[in-house]
Amino acid sequence: MTKMKALVCRECAKEYPTKAIHVCEMCFGPLEVKYNYEEIKKAISRKKIQEGPHSMWRYLDLLPVEGTNFVGPHAGLTPLVRAKNLGAYLGLNELYIKNDTVNHPTLSFKDRVVAVALTRARELGFETVACASTGNLANSVSAHAAAANLHCYVFIPGDLEAAKVLGNLIYKPHVVEVEGNYDDVNRLCSEIAGEHGWGFVNINIRPYYAEGSKTLAYETVEQLGWKTPDQVVIPMASGSLLTKIWKGLHEMKYVGLIDEVHTKLNGAQAEGCSPISTAFKAGRDFFKPVKPKTIAKSLAIGNPADGYYALKATAESRGAMEMVTDEEVVDGIKLLAQTEGIFAETAGGVTIGVLKKLVKQGVIKKNEVTVAYITGNGLKTQEAVIDAVGRPTRIQPSLVAFEKTFKLGKNGGGDA
Amino acid sequence: MSHLRFHVRFPEDKVKEPIIYQIGREYNIVTNVRRADVRETTGWVDVELSGEIAEIERALDGLRKKGCVVDPIELNVVE
Repeated sequence: MTKMKALVCRECAKEYPTKAIHVCEMCFGPLEVKYNYEEIKKAISRKKIQEGPHSMWRYLDLLPVEGTNFVGPHAGLTPLVRAKNLGAYLGLNELYIKNDTVNHPTLSFKDRVVAVALTRARELGFETVACASTGNLANSVSAHAAAANLHCYVFIPGDLEAAKVLGNLIYKPHVVEVEGNYDDVNRLCSEIAGEHGWGFVNINIRPYYAEGSKTLAYETVEQLGWKTPDQVVIPMASGSLLTKIWKGLHEMKYVGLIDEVHTKLNGAQAEGCSPISTAFKAGRDFFKPVKPKTIAKSLAIGNPADGYYALKATAESRGAMEMVTDEEVVDGIKLLAQTEGIFAETAGGVTIGVLKKLVKQGVIKKNEVTVAYITGNGLKTQEAVIDAVGRPTRIQPSLVAFEKTFKLGKNGGGDA
Repeated sequence: MSHLRFHVRFPEDKVKEPIIYQIGREYNIVTNVRRADVRETTGWVDVELSGEIAEIERALDGLRKKGCVVDPIELNVVE
């Protein structure tokens, strides 16, 4: 069975072979993978998926790779946590957290997309892979490339924080610190991708890379007992994650795994970088690029490649978009940690902040099955909350001091 | 000869100006527009610039000096 039919232009529908190309030669529109759903339908079943590997590769029939020699064999299948405490706080009866803070191996949802990208890159014969990144993507590409014995180049802006650079260096890729700002790195990488025969995961491998995000939709539906949620809240950077969750939900219907999709998509951004949410709220079908200024660095894409498609998908689903301040981002991180024991990075704070806002606005209702996507681990962005979590209580090393401080036992006047 | 592809945005006050025509005249490059959306208050074109790389660089500077914002065709790729 050939499950991949072609790469197809999202604008003019011109088709191309499934190689390492990403832009339509005719209209310069972006390419994406087109599947042979009739054939996939014959091969796939709920039983086959459930008997498959304990990873996102159980959905292999719907992923754009040809073989089973996976890079990142353990990515995905992260917990869908029934968030009773947070639900009670917000006034939701059935709230779930899709917890990609524990994704393998680098604790963010990027492990899904990179696993697909590098598996496909290796199938296409690449021995060198690369990416342009300021954080999670670089970590994931570096780690996966190390495990797969692939040469790896990671391009970062010259002013990136030391902790983030270290997170890449440990895997020993070629970390290229480009003198200049974000835009300079951006342009250089586009040119390098055009000149060198490398698998640049978010450039010429992007049509395959982006498909990895669909597994978040598949897993959510399976973990809900083969039902689609009523509402989902998704953080937006390039907008790709939101569009691919939408695609994934519909694919499950095309291949007969579910009967209907009634899910409403809700996109979340930080106010300091909210080109997509701002456009949606203004009723526009186009966005105005911005210069990002937010603590939610992993969502700080001012000119998002999939912004237009995210607007379209959200409108189709009759969903909504919102944005939150940096203060609300920190509050969101703390709220999730203190109610559900999940420490999310700043993108998670954006998601929880927007979830809270949408519930308050009545957009998300009490009895709707709601899933919030938490895409990265809080240990990666500790600087965002360092001044907002207080200090330890310091005592002398004696039982008396302890009991007095905490008003416990006979020295504290308590019962215990 | 190089062929590079860009997404060029116009500010509101430049929407009516023939900027792509002008840079084709001012620099030794060939411009080839493949897709565009020009409205009353905003506009963009996806264009291929062909020529010597140094001349393309000069043309890009020229576009910026006219108030345009130039990005790679992929838009932001740093994630």
